[in-house]
Amino acid sequence: MEPARIDPGKALQELVPPLTAHAAAVEADRCLYCYDAPCTHACPTHIDIPRFIKKIATDNLRGSAETIFASNLLGATCARVCPVQELCEGACVLGADHKPIAIGRLQRFAMDYAREHRSYPVVKAKPTGKSIAVIGAGPAGLSCAGELARLGHKTTVFEKREMPGGLSTYGIIALREPADVALEETRMIESLGVEIKTGIEFGRDVSIAELQRQFDAVVLSVGMGSTPTLGIEGEEAVVDGLRFIEASKTDAAQLRVGRNVIVIGAGNTAVDCATIARRLGAARVTMVYRRSDREMTCYEHEYDFARKEGIEFRFLAQPSRVLVSDDGPVGLECLRVELGAADASGRPSPQPVAGSEFVLDGDQIVKAVGQNKPALAALPGLETRQGFIAVDDAFLTSVAGVYAIGDCIRASGAASTVMAVEDGKLVATSIHRQLVSASAPLEVS
Amino acid sequence: MADLRINFAGIKSPNPFWLASAPPTNSGAQIHKAFEAGWGGAVWKTIGAPVLNVSNRYGAWHQGRQRMLAINNVELISDRPIEINLREIAEVKRAWPDRAVIVSAMVDSKPEAWREIVERIEDTGADGIELNYGCPHGMSERGMGSAIGQVPEYCERITRWVMEAATIPVMVKLTPNITNIVLPARAGVAAGANALSLINTINSIVGVDLDTLELTPSIGGKGGHGGYAGPAVKPIALNMLAALGTDEVVSKSGIPISGMGGIATWQDAAQFLLLGASSLQVCTAVMHYGFRIVEDLCDGLSNWMDEKGFKTIGEVTGHSLHRVSEFKNLDLSYRAVARIDQAKCIKCNLCYVACNDTAHQCIDLISAQGAVVAPHSYDVRSNGRREAVETRPQPQVREPDCVGCRLCYNVCPVDECIAMVEVDSGRNAVTWSELAQGQTPVTEDWEAMKDYRRQVGIDIH
Ligand SMILES: Cc1cc2nc3c(=O)[nH]c(=O)nc-3n(C[C@H](O)[C@H](O)[C@H](O)COP(=O)(O)OP(=O)(O)OC[C@H]3O[C@@H](n4cnc5c(N)ncnc54)[C@H](O)[C@@H]3O)c2cc1C
Ligand SMILES: Cc1cc2nc3c(=O)[nH]c(=O)nc-3n(C[C@H](O)[C@H](O)[C@H](O)COP(=O)(O)O)c2cc1C
Ligand code: SF4
Ligand code: SF4
Ligand code: SF4
Repeated sequence: MEPARIDPGKALQELVPPLTAHAAAVEADRCLYCYDAPCTHACPTHIDIPRFIKKIATDNLRGSAETIFASNLLGATCARVCPVQELCEGACVLGADHKPIAIGRLQRFAMDYAREHRSYPVVKAKPTGKSIAVIGAGPAGLSCAGELARLGHKTTVFEKREMPGGLSTYGIIALREPADVALEETRMIESLGVEIKTGIEFGRDVSIAELQRQFDAVVLSVGMGSTPTLGIEGEEAVVDGLRFIEASKTDAAQLRVGRNVIVIGAGNTAVDCATIARRLGAARVTMVYRRSDREMTCYEHEYDFARKEGIEFRFLAQPSRVLVSDDGPVGLECLRVELGAADASGRPSPQPVAGSEFVLDGDQIVKAVGQNKPALAALPGLETRQGFIAVDDAFLTSVAGVYAIGDCIRASGAASTVMAVEDGKLVATSIHRQLVSASAPLEVS
Repeated sequence: MADLRINFAGIKSPNPFWLASAPPTNSGAQIHKAFEAGWGGAVWKTIGAPVLNVSNRYGAWHQGRQRMLAINNVELISDRPIEINLREIAEVKRAWPDRAVIVSAMVDSKPEAWREIVERIEDTGADGIELNYGCPHGMSERGMGSAIGQVPEYCERITRWVMEAATIPVMVKLTPNITNIVLPARAGVAAGANALSLINTINSIVGVDLDTLELTPSIGGKGGHGGYAGPAVKPIALNMLAALGTDEVVSKSGIPISGMGGIATWQDAAQFLLLGASSLQVCTAVMHYGFRIVEDLCDGLSNWMDEKGFKTIGEVTGHSLHRVSEFKNLDLSYRAVARIDQAKCIKCNLCYVACNDTAHQCIDLISAQGAVVAPHSYDVRSNGRREAVETRPQPQVREPDCVGCRLCYNVCPVDECIAMVEVDSGRNAVTWSELAQGQTPVTEDWEAMKDYRRQVGIDIH
């Protein structure tokens, strides 16, 4: 049961090294400087990619960082966590015959420069006298708050956790984004005049009525809920995947990792959990999924990565019971699954075969089966869609003056950091229009 | 297999590639190495008047991460004692009888000085002499180098002094720092020179260091113009070469020309030959990559000659000169339009922005539905690889409006994606000089020009 002696700091350090100045310049030179570039279209925040890349090529790194911040205040996080193959890099015109430009790594190069030289955006707009409350300091909330501040609004963010940053701080494995990157980014947002109040839970420590009295608008950016229950016998012995990742970021040295770890699920979070377990010394890690590899919800590059990490896969297996001894879990009983007709998601529906039980040995079982719908009891009258907060085109909810953005409204499509950031930008414009430009002419610097 | 041997004004060499007079030919040891690598000849680093050099001699023009598209130098002629140079020249020639060993010289503008240097060079057994009338810095301040090359009368006078003394072939090396290259060339011909060579380096300041605000290179805080050479100067050299090849006096004289200025590949070499060179010299490309580049210079040239059916260098020399013309003799009715191969096009839109911002606004963006769309016309909420790729419009040339300027062709990053296609203009062939003769008012008066255009159907808006 003793995990191997491993330095967790090293084992979990950022996987992709920064580009050297030379490598960045060489890569930047390769960019064709496309006009109305497809990479910019594909980026949900529509960063002017050829522009920031050419500024790297001309050694104007300050201008390069400014170009990124103009469209995306969380460029440092996005540079590390964006599924670029599906976004900007996937659309690069050089992708077909050559290698696409390493846009993510170049963006990180410019963002690292900004951090090192404190070359951060500044507020140029005059104060509007309006104030806005943002609930949740994840990427959506931070982007929204920063953009509102840039437009001259006084913005306060309420965050229930001890540290801001949302899943960037607590949920994205350090291999992709060390926590200090997200925390530095929140300090940058604060430097725009945003106040972030941590340890305050909306609905418990502060009510909607209070907020509506004090603020001209309220934005909900509360993300999603906790990991759902599996509803199987012995579930108490199962580790929550989000907690598992969180511990790996905040206190990896204390994280208990088994020798033979089973991860239930096959999405990106499951791959992350399996990677952590493997890197922190598990001899064997098996991901258990009730459908086949074709229906996996993780990105293809994540699946490839997992296989390279030596993670094993057990497809078409439906967990039915956790086998527990006095020392903890000893195995996972599963049913064999057959794939039936397509279900609501368009994928073949998994059908457990009665009497086909078999047991996978394991001394630690981690569940990573998505996140519960956002908990919204706090707000009566809030309409939802498939369990997510329902909003109109301007991100307005059914409650007057209350907007919602980020994962908590993402009923369809892949929830991602960059989508949350774009929501924050769009909602800021929408609120600004509502509060200011309706009466006075728009003043954007 | 093509025969690469040349006989240049009586100087024989196994291939047309010679090292130009410059740092690569500074010493016997270097030239031994170069001949081992396969160079057909070498023009010894200029010897003559006593000099002292400075350090930080070379600046360079880099484009992006592509290093040294051109070099800029404030180096003078050889700073090694002249006896050492002469001894090594003799040794090299003895060791390599089949290679061309030519000695570049530059001395004070006195007949005795020239006579003396010619005699000392001939004593080494060298195959020929090159007169350096080109060095544009330092030596010119002392009345040598380009100070001679820029004044045809001086060129002629000094060349005469040399011709009186010399028994081996003499080649006059021209400076490009002159308005009309033909004049010093004719001076060389008039003085009876056996050959010409061009170009020497071009006056240049390569840049200013943005940290120190000093010139690059900085020689203890100061700098000045230097001589520019390398791939970036090739088009200038080709033009000057063609100017000699098409000049009546120079071409009638039959004087052979050694071409240089920017030769880095066999393709460059072939172009110099086609425009009239019959031997080739290389400096900067060797300074960048070393002597070994001669292998592909020969190999590539030979393969190309085989493919084209050229058997000897002589057959290639001047082959394209008859294509060199003047604007007034070009067919004004010849029409080409740009056509984009949609299968090859990667939709970078570089042609679109070039044509629309700076040419003739005749490339459209066509949506998947076939409509002309404006750039940046997607919705802000549209994103992702699929949407970006699948909804990306296709650039397409509106051929009737295309004036055939060829800008898009030049900016397109994909090989053979844009073609300039010849189309029938529906007009009879006519040149400007024919117009000027036959319909003089059209060439002198806008109203007549407008009528003419209407009449033949030329519509430029
Ligand atoms: C394990 C994991 C890995 C991921 N990896 C990637 C990746 O590689 N790339 C990518 O693009 N996306 C990734 N994602 C998704 C991405 O993290 C989310 O889409 C993004 O964080 C959404 O931002 P958000 O601000 O909407 O929500 P969150 O980041 O969840 O932030 C919500 C914040 O609101 C706070 N909050 C909630 N309720 C309250 C309340 N009542 N009062 C006060 N505060 C409250 C929370 O504490 C939290 O800080 C990953 C997600 C997970 C779970
Ligand atoms: C550093 C340097 C020194 C040179 N020195 C001489 C010289 O001493 N005598 C001379 O005739 N030309 C000299 N040249 C000019 C070259 O011989 C040649 O004419 C010129 O570089 C063009 O050829 P390229 O483009 O292949 O370099 C020099 C050129 C360079 C770059
Ligand atoms: S598509 Fe590729 S080459 Fe074109 S601008 Fe974007 S990164 Fe550069
Ligand atoms: S040739 Fe000139 S005018 Fe014609 S499409 Fe190309 S850029 Fe435009
Ligand atoms: S420049 Fe060439 S590749 Fe790019 S859009 Fe135009 S035709 Fe296509």
